[in-house]
Amino acid sequence: MPVFKHPQILIASNLTDGEVVFLGPSGWERDHRRARVARKADEAAALEALGKGDISANRVVDVYLADVEIGSDGAPTPLHYREKMRVKGPSVRLDLGKQAGEGAL
Amino acid sequence: MTAVDLRVAQRPNAPMTTYRYDEYDAAFVSERVAEFREQVNRRLSGALTEEEFRPFRLMNGLYLQLHAYMLRVAIPYGTLTARQMRRLADIADRWDKGYGHFTTRQNLQYNWPKLVDTPDILESLADVEMHAIQTSGNCIRNVTADHFAGVAPDEIEDPRPTAEFLRQWSSLHSEFSFLPRKFKIAVTGAAHDRAAILVHDIGLRVVKNDTGEIGYQVVVGGGLGRSPFIGKVVGDFVPREDLLAFLEAILRVYNRFGRRDNKYKARVKILVHEKGIDEIRAAVEAEFAAMDRSAFDHDPEEFARIAAFFAPPPYESLPATSALLRAAKLETPAFANFVDVNVGAHKIPGYAIVTVSLKPIGGVPGDATSEQMRVLAEASERFGFGELRVSHEQNIILPHVKQDDLFALWSMLDAAGLATANAGLVSDIISCPGLDYCSLATARSIPIAQAISKRFSDMSRQRRIGKLGVKISGCINACGHHHVGAIGILGLEKKGQESYQITLGGDPTFSASIGEILGPGVTAEQVPDVVEHLVDYYLAEREEGEAFIDTWRRIGHARFKDVLRREGEDGADI
Repeated sequence: MPVFKHPQILIASNLTDGEVVFLGPSGWERDHRRARVARKADEAAALEALGKGDISANRVVDVYLADVEIGSDGAPTPLHYREKMRVKGPSVRLDLGKQAGEGAL
Repeated sequence: MTAVDLRVAQRPNAPMTTYRYDEYDAAFVSERVAEFREQVNRRLSGALTEEEFRPFRLMNGLYLQLHAYMLRVAIPYGTLTARQMRRLADIADRWDKGYGHFTTRQNLQYNWPKLVDTPDILESLADVEMHAIQTSGNCIRNVTADHFAGVAPDEIEDPRPTAEFLRQWSSLHSEFSFLPRKFKIAVTGAAHDRAAILVHDIGLRVVKNDTGEIGYQVVVGGGLGRSPFIGKVVGDFVPREDLLAFLEAILRVYNRFGRRDNKYKARVKILVHEKGIDEIRAAVEAEFAAMDRSAFDHDPEEFARIAAFFAPPPYESLPATSALLRAAKLETPAFANFVDVNVGAHKIPGYAIVTVSLKPIGGVPGDATSEQMRVLAEASERFGFGELRVSHEQNIILPHVKQDDLFALWSMLDAAGLATANAGLVSDIISCPGLDYCSLATARSIPIAQAISKRFSDMSRQRRIGKLGVKISGCINACGHHHVGAIGILGLEKKGQESYQITLGGDPTFSASIGEILGPGVTAEQVPDVVEHLVDYYLAEREEGEAFIDTWRRIGHARFKDVLRREGEDGADI
């Protein structure tokens, strides 16, 4: 099992429209700030297991854990620039994606 | 009645110079759409898992990217009719977000389609004789060609009939649908290579032998990506009647011996590199000699039928030069600059080839809004027989414009933000989508292109610099052709940050070369400084008539490295 260094959230793509989604307390959310945060390795494993279940249930695809930091408001923000891009949208089109209110930010 | 006569009789408004589907083509594409609709339904119902569905969606050009699905639409040899361009615009509005991205493979990508809408999009494409088949997967991809095909003065023969011939041969070719890796073919019929044929898996160059017979020089094993190679000649002169069999032999050798154990070593370029061109040539010739070639017997009538679709449009007899054009250039300097930079010589007197740049200063290279697509469609109908081309440089070409019409065309383009006079200049940057869209990318590329473009926003400065190919890729897969940029930029990840490796001396033409690394990677913010220093040094060192690449070749890579080192010592922090 990989070393658990940072809190993590589970990211996926919604099957029907491909939008980036995050596993929340009661299902997949389009806003990463509502994602469930795993703070320990066994919690991350539990998230992954739920994700695999939803792959089998044909809700999502391309599921993986991403490292995050927790802000003062308690909301998670991805650490890596790739996932930072995914929670917003293209940096060259601020009028598109979650950053523009499509889905949710 | 010829094929063209028949087409004109059946469809009086059809453009004269592009291939049109026959009943077989139309039925085939239509069946594929219905098949994919069923596959999508089965995926949504859970009858197919993602693992099972993935090859089907990829065979239909549908990827899953960073923010959404992405649909890559094939534009065979980059040729489009006005009707097709309008349909691309309509699809962008109805099912995407009002724009599309023209790629370095002369295709178009939609960045936001929904899986559930894709069958309807494909049906809409089929209605205008388009599809997304073989724009992904380990098969023979869209055949590309010189974007000045049929109109360039330096041309031996229009390469599009050959490209179409190969498209038909390679579409759903049962033996080559599961190759070790993807396979890309490019064709040129001209003395100057505008199709980058030496960096394709197979490059074809139309040539004439001593007796005046038309044939092909066949190059194999070129490619960019992780391991860039310049292709090597496997056949000096392959007669037209042997072309399909010869290519079949190459693909068979590749299919048999290409590595399937390691995807990074699976392209034919690695096979050619590891075995050597002499061994590959011997294997191809042995296969060619042994194979039953009757299945590939050249059918001159079929080739002529295809070639007839690319017959020249009904040009007028005009003087070689236009008094109207001369007067308009004198009166409107911005128009004069556009003509000097974006307008090329045409083989027919009184006509011109116009490059419409999709690289406005600070814009996203290759992107066009649906409104711009409609303007381009209308412009092609008003001024260019309803035909457009997509270049691998991510621009749009209007290949048949009367010189007398250039000012009216420019005015129309200018009003739509499509008259940037930078074709071939430093801001005409090839860029892949990079990490702004692509799930494979390791860094962003578009913002780098935008920053360089803004740094050189003074158009008179750009014209003083002259032709300069800047090419940017957001990962080692090199979709932005950085290896063959006179200045190439590769985005990588270094210690959790975006980092950019600069190369110099790349060349995609018949004098092809792979760029050499300049030094350690730099940050995104530093890239425009580095490029500016390199350009300034070139300007200081160049001799009369030298392009950047010429000066680099004459004085050597080390001198360019030195200047950057000195600038760094002076506090430029590069």
